Amino acid sequence: MDQTIAAISTAVGEAGIGIVRLSGKDAINIGKEIFKSNRKNFEFENKKLHYGHIVDDKKVLDEVLIAFMKAPNTYTREDMVEIYSHGGIIPVKKILELCLKKGARLAEKGEFTKRAFLNGRLDLTQAEAVIDIIKAKSEKSYEVSLKQLEGSITKEVLEIQDILVKMMAFIEANIDFPEDEIEEISHKELLEDSKKAKERIKRLIDSFERGKILRDGLNTVILGKPNVGKSSLLNAILNENRAIVTDIPGTTRDIIEEYINIDGIPLKLVDTAGIRETEDYVEKIGVLKTKETLSKADLIIALFDVSSPLTEEDKRIMELVKDKKTIIMLNKSDLERKLDESYFKVNFPNARVINSSITTGVGIDELIDTIKDLFYKEDVKIESDVVLNNIRHKNMLLKAYDTLLELEEEILKNEPIDCLEVDIKSAWESLGEITGQSISEDILDKIFSEFCIGK
Amino acid sequence: MRDNIKYNAGEYDCVVIGAGHAGVEAALASARMGLKTLILTISLDAISALSCNPNIGGTGKGHLVREIDALGGEMALNIDKSFIQSRMLNLSKGPAVHSLRVQADKKKYHTEMKKTLENEPNLTLKQAEVVDIIFENNQVKAVVTRTGAVYNTKACVVATGTYLGGRVYIGEVNFESGPDGRFPSIMLSKAMKQKGFFLRRMKTGTPARVSRDSIDFSVMEEQPGDDEIIPFSFMNMGKEFDIKQVSCYLTYTTERAHEIIRQNLDRSPMFSGLIEGVGPRYCPSIEDKVVRFPEKDKHQVFIEPEGLDTKEMYVQGVSSSLPEEVQIEVYKNIKGLEKVEFMRTAYAIEYDAIDSTMLKRTLEHKEIKNLFFAGQINGSSGYEEAAAQGLIAGINASQNVLGREPFILDRSEAYIGVLIDDLVTKGTNEPYRMMTSRAEYRLTLRQDNADLRLTKKGYELGLVSKERYEKTLEKERLLNDELARLKKVILTPTKEVNEILYSLSNSTIKTGISLYDLLKRPELTYDSTKALDPDRPNLPKEIRIQAEIEIKYEGYIRKQMAQIEQFKRMENKKIPEDIDYTKIKSLSTEAVQKLNKIRPESIGQASRISGVSPADINVLLIYLEQLRRRTISE
Repeated sequence: MDQTIAAISTAVGEAGIGIVRLSGKDAINIGKEIFKSNRKNFEFENKKLHYGHIVDDKKVLDEVLIAFMKAPNTYTREDMVEIYSHGGIIPVKKILELCLKKGARLAEKGEFTKRAFLNGRLDLTQAEAVIDIIKAKSEKSYEVSLKQLEGSITKEVLEIQDILVKMMAFIEANIDFPEDEIEEISHKELLEDSKKAKERIKRLIDSFERGKILRDGLNTVILGKPNVGKSSLLNAILNENRAIVTDIPGTTRDIIEEYINIDGIPLKLVDTAGIRETEDYVEKIGVLKTKETLSKADLIIALFDVSSPLTEEDKRIMELVKDKKTIIMLNKSDLERKLDESYFKVNFPNARVINSSITTGVGIDELIDTIKDLFYKEDVKIESDVVLNNIRHKNMLLKAYDTLLELEEEILKNEPIDCLEVDIKSAWESLGEITGQSISEDILDKIFSEFCIGK
Repeated sequence: MRDNIKYNAGEYDCVVIGAGHAGVEAALASARMGLKTLILTISLDAISALSCNPNIGGTGKGHLVREIDALGGEMALNIDKSFIQSRMLNLSKGPAVHSLRVQADKKKYHTEMKKTLENEPNLTLKQAEVVDIIFENNQVKAVVTRTGAVYNTKACVVATGTYLGGRVYIGEVNFESGPDGRFPSIMLSKAMKQKGFFLRRMKTGTPARVSRDSIDFSVMEEQPGDDEIIPFSFMNMGKEFDIKQVSCYLTYTTERAHEIIRQNLDRSPMFSGLIEGVGPRYCPSIEDKVVRFPEKDKHQVFIEPEGLDTKEMYVQGVSSSLPEEVQIEVYKNIKGLEKVEFMRTAYAIEYDAIDSTMLKRTLEHKEIKNLFFAGQINGSSGYEEAAAQGLIAGINASQNVLGREPFILDRSEAYIGVLIDDLVTKGTNEPYRMMTSRAEYRLTLRQDNADLRLTKKGYELGLVSKERYEKTLEKERLLNDELARLKKVILTPTKEVNEILYSLSNSTIKTGISLYDLLKRPELTYDSTKALDPDRPNLPKEIRIQAEIEIKYEGYIRKQMAQIEQFKRMENKKIPEDIDYTKIKSLSTEAVQKLNKIRPESIGQASRISGVSPADINVLLIYLEQLRRRTISE
């Protein structure tokens, strides 16, 4: 247990503050290195909160509170540091990445608890409780993984594993049955298969880099003219007790983004300012901006006022989202209807149409149900099909990727197949850490793995 | 019947039942370790009988033979005395999976082994059918023969092969029988069942033996032996073998043969349901192959001599339990066998096996002290697998009687360890065969280094002579010296060096490099670089090969060593013998059942039991930690 570990200990996207936690012999040093106090001659005091900034090479990452805690009276009984930053995804991730850069290792699931246990922090009754939690957790994670199975990581990784398994099976058959009529596997074929697997792993890793749904939310753009009820809609969604808001200042002046989470579905609500602006602005800069925003959208909520007829501009905007998954909200349905619905029926046969009166609360529940429906049925076209949202998974994929890179070099060097198999197996095992298929050699590191990071 | 009349026939430390490949190794090990040993066989003419194919070795199996040899077993020495063709398989693949396979002269193999048994001090060899094993207080006390002899003994190794409850099937005909027309062991099977042993049925089969004179070899592909003969035993390395090798022949079945099989499937006891035993998937009968792979229009058939002074030829690939007349028709539709004359008919044989998960890793029964099992009765198949188990059973019977620690090889130390761990931890549903893919650490478990891995252990057990042990130490020293020397031989990119390199590998060097690092290039070999290394000592071939492997595999071996370390950590987490799994909260019901049955010795072993999930292992780890603390606080 020499290594210092770090992890985000608040659930991603669900809390107002974010906590990054370090544990291990270098924890305090790393903390000191990245923390800058405003006070001169700053000396940290044990178990006191200090105010200051997290700084990466003079660049300020965030304004934080930090606590340094010396062993042994800490949760893990090791030196620990806790950094309280602004909530939301981006600040905590940046701080975590900085800690990793400074030499900490990303904690495995439940590793803090594991250390607590192994360092004698938990007593027997607590350990009994731990057992129960392991059980409960694994049942819960089973549910979660089932959901994920519907078209995401696990399935994709299993398929990649399958390519590797086939390679191994072929090699084994070649080795164990030299006199049977088994086609000799060629290095060329192995290379092709390895590349195939590697490419797919790359795509997954890239999806993490691009940052997609589960990390940054389902990219949802609310479209509509001024006064159609966008703000009301936004507020209505936000006011739902179920939604937890974590606001991040707009990344551009023209676009306002809100991160919310509805029953576990992370939404990034994008209000396209461009369309709100004057016609001139739309003509000049806005259209470009808007187009870009729309092209990144996973889901469009288009708001229309039924009390006024469709304009040519409305139609032009709708043309831009023709290929997108769209929910059309016909607002102010309590007023007299002047809008011709047939336009949507003809041009957007697959769009869900909801009649609403946002101010009176009509249609909000239906909207939320529709979003959930779309999300869970994988009906939403996500820009990259499978999305990676977990740093641990990413690290495992990177490990597998590197192993396959090595493998390819060795194939080109014409190394014997039984040597090559060592790397194939090792790549497979890295992927198995994601799918839970690998029988990890070091089970101690897998113990408590059904734990949420932190406690 | 003189059921009740028995006489006391003597006192022994160890009695071995059966003198097949498992039995002879068990008996020799036990006798050599100082136990007064008796080996009993239904027929003295069946000692070390190669009742099926005439080969020793092959992939995985060859590794076992080398390991048996390094531990002081007999199989390698015996086959080196009696082989008639030698081949190294898998030469196109990496050296870790090179695999020695030889053809045996069956009769010679038997005669030589019988001689060895007869000449072994401490060992008594008798022909007798054992009909009962007597226990007292869950401990072995005596074995009883059909003729009433009672041999009191401290330990017993049961190695009954396919004799126990043996039944031969040829089409609609079936009868109680041992292999190859010998007596079966029926009464012992009944006695064991009466004692509460759970016996299950396994099945295996063998093809026909045909007369050499009836074969047209001209239409077949000849497979001669290798020019260079490499012996199995490390004791024979470098020895000249002056033998004239015989050839095997490759031919194929025809579509017509398959048609005949399909038409007569209803007469095959395998398909009519007459045979309940489970056969091996990797060694299917010809009817199996035809049914499972209907798209194949021909199957390989190897014709192999059974020995030098017989015309009997083994027809590998066409084992069958079809009626005799159908078999003949099928064989006649194999290319080159149109005029075939059968000498022995192909048959399937069903026999009793125990549930191998009832055994400890020493191969001792978990409930009956000093009762050991080895070979096919444990659900394995193959001469080499049997011999390996026999050796381990014999060693541990001796260790027990001598009051010493059990002798266990783990999965990272030997194929033997993999074999036994698989049998006692996972169990087997079909006759178990060794394959290199079963070994996780095969880059380090090579046949070329079996002596370096195991000779010391054999020496400590008292099975390996001092002379042999010193020979291994010397080999190790030479190897290490040479590896160290190669690191110091630095080549510089002179014109001369690069010219030689270019001619060898189409590549050159630009900076100075040690010969050690240079040898990592796949195109270069130790021998081919001699011209670059004027001071090279004259080393025996096995050391040259091994040096090359160590260098070329270094990176991979290092990776594997790291894995082995992790593996060892889990193996070293011991589970107390008296653990009560039913008292551990949160273990799944299936895990409790399986753990109670297998009673693993370590967390590592527990994790390999099917039905025990990683979550169960976590629970177990926590429980052990609690236990440890409770013990400390008390």
